[in-house]
Amino acid sequence: MNSAILKTASNYLLPILLLFSIFILLRGHYHPGGGFVGGLIAAIAFVLHSFTHGNEATLKLLRTHPSSFIPMGLGLAALSMFVPLLGGEPVMTGLWFDEPFPVIGMIGSALFFDLGVYLVVIGVVLTILFTIAQYSE
Amino acid sequence: MLIAVLAGLIVSILYIPFGKYLKGRLAILAAILPISLFAYFASFIPAIQTGRNIHFHQPWVPSMGVNFDFHLDGLSLLFSLLITGIGSLVFLYAAPYLKGHRYLDRFYAYLSLFMAAMLGVVLSDNVLLLFIFWELTSISSFFLIGFNNDNAASRKSSLIALGVTGGGGFLLMAGLILMGHLSGSYSIQEMLGTNEFLKSHALYGLILLLVFAGAFTKSAQFPFHFWLPGAMKAPTPVSAYLHSATMVKAGVYLLARLQPVLGGTDYWMYPLVTIGGITMLYSAFHSIFRTDLKSILAYSTVAALGMLVFLIGIGTAESLLAASVFILVHALYKASLFLTAGAIDHETGTRDITRLSGLRKVLMPLAIAGILAGLSSAGLPLTFGFIGKDLIYEATLHTTGILTIVLTTLAVLTNVLLLCAGFLAGIKPFAGTLPERFSEVHLPHGMIWGAPLLLALLGLIFGFAPSLADEPLLNPAARAMHQSAIDSPLQLWHGFNLVLLLSGITLVLGTLLYFVRRPSAASLATIERYNTVSPKHVIGQLARYGRKIAIKYTRTLHNGYLRVYLLCIIVTAILLLAIRLITGGPIRLSIDDLSPVSVYEVVVAVILIAAVYITVTASSRLTVVVATSVLGYCVCLLFVFYSAPDLAMTQFSIDTLTVVLFVLVLFRLPPFLNFANRKIRIRDGLVASSFGLLIALIAVQVLNQPVDQEVSQFYGDNAYTLAKGKNVVNVILVDFRGLDTMFEIVVLSIAAIGVVSLLKLRLKASEKE
Repeated sequence: MNSAILKTASNYLLPILLLFSIFILLRGHYHPGGGFVGGLIAAIAFVLHSFTHGNEATLKLLRTHPSSFIPMGLGLAALSMFVPLLGGEPVMTGLWFDEPFPVIGMIGSALFFDLGVYLVVIGVVLTILFTIAQYSE
Repeated sequence: MLIAVLAGLIVSILYIPFGKYLKGRLAILAAILPISLFAYFASFIPAIQTGRNIHFHQPWVPSMGVNFDFHLDGLSLLFSLLITGIGSLVFLYAAPYLKGHRYLDRFYAYLSLFMAAMLGVVLSDNVLLLFIFWELTSISSFFLIGFNNDNAASRKSSLIALGVTGGGGFLLMAGLILMGHLSGSYSIQEMLGTNEFLKSHALYGLILLLVFAGAFTKSAQFPFHFWLPGAMKAPTPVSAYLHSATMVKAGVYLLARLQPVLGGTDYWMYPLVTIGGITMLYSAFHSIFRTDLKSILAYSTVAALGMLVFLIGIGTAESLLAASVFILVHALYKASLFLTAGAIDHETGTRDITRLSGLRKVLMPLAIAGILAGLSSAGLPLTFGFIGKDLIYEATLHTTGILTIVLTTLAVLTNVLLLCAGFLAGIKPFAGTLPERFSEVHLPHGMIWGAPLLLALLGLIFGFAPSLADEPLLNPAARAMHQSAIDSPLQLWHGFNLVLLLSGITLVLGTLLYFVRRPSAASLATIERYNTVSPKHVIGQLARYGRKIAIKYTRTLHNGYLRVYLLCIIVTAILLLAIRLITGGPIRLSIDDLSPVSVYEVVVAVILIAAVYITVTASSRLTVVVATSVLGYCVCLLFVFYSAPDLAMTQFSIDTLTVVLFVLVLFRLPPFLNFANRKIRIRDGLVASSFGLLIALIAVQVLNQPVDQEVSQFYGDNAYTLAKGKNVVNVILVDFRGLDTMFEIVVLSIAAIGVVSLLKLRLKASEKE
């Protein structure tokens, strides 16, 4: 796509959309949102970038192939599941810090689980789309 | 004990990363495992000898009655020592035998896996645990038979073996569950207490049928015996280990183990004696017609297994003692004969006994091993086989009535034939003159002739001094089967009596037969003419019919067209839902309770209908994609109206991405082609609209039902107190039902891997062009 306006706009839209996706991820516990939607929005941000700059540029921006987000996310989610075992609690017990953190708010194991979901979703969507795009070229 | 059983499993896993270092000279290190296990189990001999049984308990899934319960008594000990003892020799033997083989590491991994599984079978006290190990032995046997995986015949044999033993295992599982269910416990030791109840229960016959099916398929009893000769496609050490000394005896073990629980009735005795009798005579008869060394041994192994089933069926103290002695006798001489046959094959390149002769001149130690084992299998006095045969005759002679004559005749005939087969395999290759082309044959690696020689010598030692094996091993084993003390020590000499006379007759007749019968390709061809009525052929034909039906069914339902899949799924759903809806009572179509329609909803509905119309009638792909995405966004808006913001957000993003995906794919597709004719379009339209109508009906119907609020109430009440979240949807996703989410993201990842690998596959195919 060779629209100069879209190209320039996407340069600014990418960080904004990514920030928005993180915002959606973080607020998920109290308001509509969460890791799944957040991941989708982040994926859309990258897709928009790849539309205007080409797949190569987006892959370069990501520094790694998006498929590496999948094991990272799965690992993080699994880790947050099994951490309570260390304290002798059953798997998936929600652990929380007592005091809220500035900006982010309450932090607990569920947030890390959600972050895992977020990463997996980005990884899956981008992997599928980029592979198909590569095949269509 | 848990570690001892699972050690083989652990080792076989370790072969995956470290196997490549253990392929060369270090391959022999693999034998450390069986040797140390042998030492471990041997250390229990004194305890078992004094009548103490060792029990080990470790809960696994107590709620379902599945626990790591291991029970070591005389019977288990006998088998454990056989598994680890012969295992040690086979491990040692295989290293030079398969030297330089590409998959030597894999071979040892399978063997270790098998050893663990087999130990599990003979040590498990919990029948479900026993079943798991039982299946593992089938699976490892499958891999080992098909070890030469570039050979189509090997692959076929391994599939047949897996099919037969796996099918039997399936029935066995049903039998074991039935037993556990009726007696209220899955522990064999506890079932002993309820055996009278089991035997008098109406389902006793069914239990027996299922257990027999499992045991007979595993132990290659007629008419399921055919997989065992086929299994000889495996490397010879495997044949010696799995398909002669250990695995095929799992069925015999099971019968021996369940003898005190289920045995002692006519329903138990007659089937076992009949099937065992048929098997032993049929296979012994077949064995003397074979010309391939391993084939002779395979058929005589089947005959020996038949003999064991037969003895367990008789079920007297004497016959059970005879069975436990014969297990050891047979394991020793048959493993020795197999290993000798393997060595001959390894050195001369042939196993055809019509071509082998005079090898004693070049392979002296092997000749000693073969001849000793052959004599033991013949039951010559002073060998262990003699004692075994004496006991068999005693057992058959001490039955009552007409049975005495029938059973004794059966046993004598089988033994005559087996003796001949033993001579053919153990003595024939070494007797006579050495042909010119074998004069260059030289003695193999010490391990290859040492292993069979050691086993054959053990047979001789136990023959001279039977008490060496009797008190520590065989008597406790028979005791475990009989559940009471057996006071008849093994003796070398019983004096002049009927048993001795029968032994003499067997010996004379068998030796005569050996000299009269010259195995030849012609007589083999004669007997193979009857193959069309053999169980192998009949069951194979049945399997082929099954395959045909499966192909037909698959071609119809899974023909590879996505539209056919969709049609099948939707039509099935319509039928099921419609039947439930009609039979479920009157359909109440009350629209009184519905909330009033707002302007927004009307607008969205109009857009929705327009989008549907465009989707159906458009003649360009891109238009269709845009129209379906409009449809998706309309649904999003409806979610917003009905306060489901989470759903709306997700649906919105998904729709956006789907459009992108479609555009990427459509880019490559040819311009819109209308494949569907008018008839198909009408059919699809009918299916689609009836499905939509049905869902609408159900939705209205649901609104008229009283709604159970309990679940949503629970989540609403507890989301903040238990999980510190105010967004109930998200709390359910990441906390209450987090495990589901975990699996969902795993599924997502698998889907991504699937897409990538499918497309990469296509890329590669196009690269080739």
